[in-house]
Amino acid sequence: MNREEIIQAIKDIITTIAPDEDVSNLANDVRLREQIELDSMDFLDIVMELRKRYGVQVPEEDYKELATLDGCVTYLSPKLAGKTLKVGV
Amino acid sequence: MPMSANRYDAIVIGAGMSGLAAGIRLAQFGRRVVVLERHSLWGGLNSFYKRGGRRYDTGLHALTNFVPRGTKNTPLPRLLRQLRIGYDDLKLGEQTYSRVCLDDVVLRFANQFALLAEDVSSVFPAEIDGFARLVHEVETMDAFDQTAVVRSARTELRRFVRDPLLVEALMVPICWYGSAREDDIDWDQFVILFRSLFLEGFARPEGGIKPFLDLLLARYRDCGGELRMKCGVEKIELDAHGAARGVRLQDGSELESDCILSSAGFPETMGLVGRNIDTRDIGRLSFTEIVHITDRPSRTFGHDATITFFATTKDFAWRRPESLIDTRTGVICCSDNYASLTPSKEGVMRVTSLANHDRWCALDESSYETAKLAAEQAIFAAAIRFVFDPRPHSVASDMFTPRTIRFYTGHLGGTVYGTPTKRRDGDCGVKNLHLIGTDQGLLGIVGALLSGVTMANRHVLMETRAGQS
Repeated sequence: MNREEIIQAIKDIITTIAPDEDVSNLANDVRLREQIELDSMDFLDIVMELRKRYGVQVPEEDYKELATLDGCVTYLSPKLAGKTLKVGV
Repeated sequence: MPMSANRYDAIVIGAGMSGLAAGIRLAQFGRRVVVLERHSLWGGLNSFYKRGGRRYDTGLHALTNFVPRGTKNTPLPRLLRQLRIGYDDLKLGEQTYSRVCLDDVVLRFANQFALLAEDVSSVFPAEIDGFARLVHEVETMDAFDQTAVVRSARTELRRFVRDPLLVEALMVPICWYGSAREDDIDWDQFVILFRSLFLEGFARPEGGIKPFLDLLLARYRDCGGELRMKCGVEKIELDAHGAARGVRLQDGSELESDCILSSAGFPETMGLVGRNIDTRDIGRLSFTEIVHITDRPSRTFGHDATITFFATTKDFAWRRPESLIDTRTGVICCSDNYASLTPSKEGVMRVTSLANHDRWCALDESSYETAKLAAEQAIFAAAIRFVFDPRPHSVASDMFTPRTIRFYTGHLGGTVYGTPTKRRDGDCGVKNLHLIGTDQGLLGIVGALLSGVTMANRHVLMETRAGQS
């Protein structure tokens, strides 16, 4: 997965767990929690969806790496290398 | 890792609100989970039954924690998001308003907090400042701090409110909607209930509890969850180190798991583990409830309140009565006064009273039926001060007693609110076995569902996150 695909993967997961939130205009370098309503229970769901869809493990101490979309790209790039984007699962 | 057919990521005991919610969370993320229910109906304390061609709800007077769609940072939307159930799918109908009647003191409250604030100001003008400080404390306190010491709500309330009548008036609905302790409630539970009753509000899913349960069940099955009905647990099996390793069912078969979530209640779960049950862990509070269907809606009798919490005397007694029932306090719910897309041509009135489990269970069959009739007479003699008498207009009626509750829930003592000492973290002293539901201390339908969600998150989803793939 490239950068754009990883961002799309995260946005698609957010849409699944929080269908009321508009993800179309999210800035890549601003904390997700400052742009949309996400609490710690929602971050658990993002991690669980990454595990379910892509077999990616994110230990709790690494949650902070997922704070922004840019952070997601940096952290997940090596883990998602060679995997295919799945949308609307 | 290959799994044998009888091995699960988690076993959930009880298909009530907390069990179904835990099941949904786990199934949603592909975990192998089974929910075991000993009865032929799901829902636990919030269920339904049919009699004479009518469907009756048990438990559900109100869905507390009502907030309008899109309200941020409150339990109901947070819960729905975790379960991936749409707000609009609940088709919630709001209450008109509800009342606390303490002798001749009346306080009304509604889904807009202003009504309660207004009534407190006019009935207790000297308490306006204290009440405002109380509301501020309720809004800002961390009521979910699991390390907090247990405090008495009555004692804490006196820090804010001096008039004992206002203290009692606030205690009446809060005890009725969730106190497992006689004559008091834990302060953090008081705070949670104050928010869910007064700052948030009451609503009813269109059609009552069944469509709501149908939503939960459909969601669970869509996620691939397994539900076994008429499947009672005989024993929770422990390994050589005293950790739970599975369950033995009443049909003799065994299921294995390193995580068991039990909604059976704390003392009941200890019984399943084979430990001695401390009688102090068995709650003392149980109820009777009478339901009358009237030939026309409640409002045509001039009664427009949705729920009325009453005490006939100024000293509200929240304790097990010596006799079969205590008629001095009760809850009257006219559920046809919730807004509805298809307004009923009939009225539905339910009256709940405190009752003594041991005395009801000691009656033989013929005395039991006679006692029910006598109890109904006594209960209405007290309640008609606060509501019209439905009996001359009744087209159907039914009544349940502590005996009924005991039979259908398995709760020792016929309790609804469970053990008096709550275990907020779900810890019951046995590794791999966690309490969910009533005895974890979260209250109401929303609280019970949240309890299942949080325990599934903590003990399965977060635990195994780093381990397996």
